[in-house]
Amino acid sequence: MKGTYMLATGILAVSLVLCGYGCRSHGVKIGGPGGLQEIPVGDFSSLTGDTATFGTSTHNGLALAIEQANAAGGVKNLPIKLYTEDDQSMPDVARTVVTKLITEDHVIAVVGEVASTRSLAAAPICQQYKIPMITPASTNPAVTQKGDYIFRTCFTDDFQAAVMAHFAHDQGYKRVAVFKDIRNDYSIGIAKIFEAEFTKLGGTITGEQTYQEGDTDFKAQLNTLKGQNPDAVLIPGYYSEVGTIARQAREIGLNVPLLGCDGWDSPKLIQAAGNALNGCYFSDHYFSKDIKDPAMQKFFADYKAKYGYTPDALAALGFDAGNLLVDALKRAKSLTPSDLRDALATTKDFPGITGKITIDANRNARKAAIIMKIVGEKKVLYKVYTPEEIDQ
Amino acid sequence: MRILMLRVIAILVTFIGLYMLSQFVTYQMDPYYFQVLIECGVYIILAVSLNLINGITGQFSIGHAGFFAVGAYVGAAWTMIWQPMVVERYSFLQMGTLHGDILNLLIALILGMTSAGMAGFVVGLPSLRLRGDYLAIATLGFAEVIYVLLLNINSVGGARGLNGIPTLISSGNLALFWVFLFVIISIVLSRNIMQSVRGLTWLSVREDEIAADAMGVDTTKVKVTAFVIGSALAGAAGVLYAHFLTGISPDIFSMNTSILITTMVVLGGSGSVTGSVIAAIVLIVLPEVLRFLKNDRMVIYSVLLIVMMLTRPQGIFGTKEIGFPKWRRKQPKTEGRSA
Amino acid sequence: MRIFIQQLIFGIQLGSLYALIALGYTMVYGVLSLINFAHGDVYMVGAYIGFYACTYWLPFQRLSADPHATVMNIILAVVVLLLSMLLCGVLGVVIERFAYRPLRNGLGITDAHFWGFAIALPVAFHFHLFHRLSDGAGRFLFGIMWFLLIGMIVGYALRPVIRWISLRTVLSPSRLNALITAIGVSLLLENGGWLVFGPNPEFIGTMVPEKNFKILGGVIINSSQLAILVISLLLMLILRHIVLYTRTGKAMRAISHDIDAAKMMGINTDQVISVTFAIGGALAGAGGMMVGVLTHVQITPLFGLLPGIKAFVAAVIGGPGNIPGAVLGGIIMGVAEAFVGGSSFSTYRDAIAFTILIIILLVRPAGLLGRNVTEKV
Repeated sequence: MKGTYMLATGILAVSLVLCGYGCRSHGVKIGGPGGLQEIPVGDFSSLTGDTATFGTSTHNGLALAIEQANAAGGVKNLPIKLYTEDDQSMPDVARTVVTKLITEDHVIAVVGEVASTRSLAAAPICQQYKIPMITPASTNPAVTQKGDYIFRTCFTDDFQAAVMAHFAHDQGYKRVAVFKDIRNDYSIGIAKIFEAEFTKLGGTITGEQTYQEGDTDFKAQLNTLKGQNPDAVLIPGYYSEVGTIARQAREIGLNVPLLGCDGWDSPKLIQAAGNALNGCYFSDHYFSKDIKDPAMQKFFADYKAKYGYTPDALAALGFDAGNLLVDALKRAKSLTPSDLRDALATTKDFPGITGKITIDANRNARKAAIIMKIVGEKKVLYKVYTPEEIDQ
Repeated sequence: MRILMLRVIAILVTFIGLYMLSQFVTYQMDPYYFQVLIECGVYIILAVSLNLINGITGQFSIGHAGFFAVGAYVGAAWTMIWQPMVVERYSFLQMGTLHGDILNLLIALILGMTSAGMAGFVVGLPSLRLRGDYLAIATLGFAEVIYVLLLNINSVGGARGLNGIPTLISSGNLALFWVFLFVIISIVLSRNIMQSVRGLTWLSVREDEIAADAMGVDTTKVKVTAFVIGSALAGAAGVLYAHFLTGISPDIFSMNTSILITTMVVLGGSGSVTGSVIAAIVLIVLPEVLRFLKNDRMVIYSVLLIVMMLTRPQGIFGTKEIGFPKWRRKQPKTEGRSA
Repeated sequence: MRIFIQQLIFGIQLGSLYALIALGYTMVYGVLSLINFAHGDVYMVGAYIGFYACTYWLPFQRLSADPHATVMNIILAVVVLLLSMLLCGVLGVVIERFAYRPLRNGLGITDAHFWGFAIALPVAFHFHLFHRLSDGAGRFLFGIMWFLLIGMIVGYALRPVIRWISLRTVLSPSRLNALITAIGVSLLLENGGWLVFGPNPEFIGTMVPEKNFKILGGVIINSSQLAILVISLLLMLILRHIVLYTRTGKAMRAISHDIDAAKMMGINTDQVISVTFAIGGALAGAGGMMVGVLTHVQITPLFGLLPGIKAFVAAVIGGPGNIPGAVLGGIIMGVAEAFVGGSSFSTYRDAIAFTILIIILLVRPAGLLGRNVTEKV
């Protein structure tokens, strides 16, 4: 027994020694303002893993915004320092890195994540330490319901799905089938709201089939959907599968328009789909090269100059989240997380490049959505839906 | 009698020591390091419990994340779904107070361990017919089936998983206490099994199953027992992890996790409890330490794994132990009782 | 009825692909009793070779711009197929030579050089020596040269170390070790893939003209799918010929029967095992390339993970080490997946593979066509 006890103590000691050099800082100390040389801001993104493209885009946009703010003199005469952590597209890693950002790097705000699963994982931690978190592109409604320190600068899935339902109705589709990604909460959420809204508007959902992220063969499901004779098929998934799905749909003779959401937005979509997506529509954030807005065009130019390629909507959302944060930092009474939270919560008509951002009582941004049409191998701006139109 | 006294004292000292350590560490330690420490503890339980199946009994299970998932989900289902159903009738189950939290955690642990143990029983049964690689594939298949089931059951959140699980183990700053209590339980259990007469029959199954059978060892019982105990401990790890993280999703229990746990056992030395413990700590801390390497990190990790397997196939510790009393110093008779 | 036949056809198409990958697993299992986890990743490399060949290396014409390029593009596609098979075959041999052979025979001096390269790889990345193939062939080759130089120097430096280690290493017959090594190789290829190919999914556009054929009662067969089916069957027939009617094939069968006896009969087992890995790699490469080029699915470094596991399940269902069994297992898996995928239980598609597996393992532990070996005491 003595040996076992010694062993147990030994293990504890070893793990303490291994992990324990964190004891240096003696308890939690959260970014106090006293004697700050710079403003520490945290950023967690999926720089590697399944959704690396998304994370890289938002991170680049955010970094650009911070860089421009620093070049313009920073906030309250202090430069902003961005601490970036990679969460490898894993929710439990997101949890660890956010804890690290808050307790090790003492950031006073956290910007992060595209995928709602990871934002949902990180939000309770930010709430617990009372550090404001801004998610640039997590559209799941549950994210900001985690607490009063969690903000969002894009629209929600509920809104997006309602937009698609209205759009399908406006296009005159009566029967719509749904093909969703079972592993993706984003996809499931949109499918659910779309089905409810579309039925309310008088349409019929002919059937529902599912696939999984990473699948390569969808013909069996598509063949079943084809048997139901829909007018259109909603595929609320990511571009990585949608291209293949579109090709295989055309292969088996399912020639109706396909509808999608902001997950379709990627330059690679067309490469993947060839011309199979001709005549299809998807909803997206208010961001397109076709919009003749000087701020938007300037962002295109700046981003291209810094990173060498054209930004996508996620980069713009990251950029907006960064600018909103800078704006709130400027307006905050002091550089404490709670003052910053108050400043963020009172944001009104902030001129983001993806539309005017007003943070509502649920800490969500109310913004317009656009419908993009795919013509041949090009994406063109087709229609704009404002929140007011959907609310009616 | 004296031995019994010593044992009671040792247990008491362990409890009090762990409690004090838990209080001290929670106040003193940075939350990030604390999280890594708890994660180490959870993976030590997993590695040591898999070592019971793979290392000590010589079976070939590579689907340990399946049991981990069963424990985590059943435990979380108690605190999030079932407890709210019965709490109105039995008001003593109310959460929020320290003793209420501990009571609920214990119930979650019992439920999680029982169901994981039953899953272990179901998986252990094929081990009567399957050997080696085939058993490995069957266990991997089991873990994958659990994973797909979890993705598809809506009441536990599907792909999003369960979020907002109450942090029962952290109430009263006891997180470290609970996790390391189970670490100690699993280590002591392994050590006692290895040094008892019954444990020798387990080892004999590993060394030569046919010979063990011929000598009258009930190999069926040994294998199934190993599976049940190993998976129940993994279930306990799951319950603790779920109530520490506050959010679980099927992705945490994917095949990568199974492979990680198997790697811990092999790297530490199949059959060595010490090895499993050290390897679990190394494999959890290493990626955190290597975080600055960003993308190269996983490449280095995989190369290290291959080099390790080629240069030291028996693992870091082989079958040696550190801190265990010398093999068979006492009479086997007393050891038999201590099992 | 139409839907039923259509699903059946999809199932067979999918199954033929699983069978192609499963053959590699089953041959390796036959000769070495080793689950070569890295096989699925060889398939991934095959798809990437297809991608680079189609996009950067070979002068494919855009079909939409130039309709006369059809014949030329088809010829080029065949070249890509052969190239992919060749390179993946080499990759298979390299994996065997440097990861599995030391496990079998112990480390040798030549292994020092492999580890030299293994160390040079992260070093080269650290100093950004590698350029994407898309950055141009010149810069890419220059980077490779540096990498080779570093690798060689480190390799020579490692020789005494390896000699020292090899004297102190006890070979372990444990299956678990072999499995972990295979997992390590698989992780290496996947994570190496992140670095070399980048994490973003890649797509191969339309290179070969595609056409839908309608046959009886509205059942549709796509020309690309037909091509995959035909090429897979052709490769399987070639494999059958090799295994049944050549000396190497005979040696393979002898080794799978009893490796020690084969050695005693004067068979150069190491060489035959290398050939086995080469053939397996080539088949996987062909599969990966065909899927990438003809079905335009996304190619990521994790591309081979799921198909690899499913093909492996197919091999086990048919009976590991049994070549007709692998084909049968592949077809069963493909058809089962197509039917489950088309039903209202489509979310359980991935579970069905493992459910079939567990049932078959319990009913016939040696697989459908495997022979049940009674253990001699």
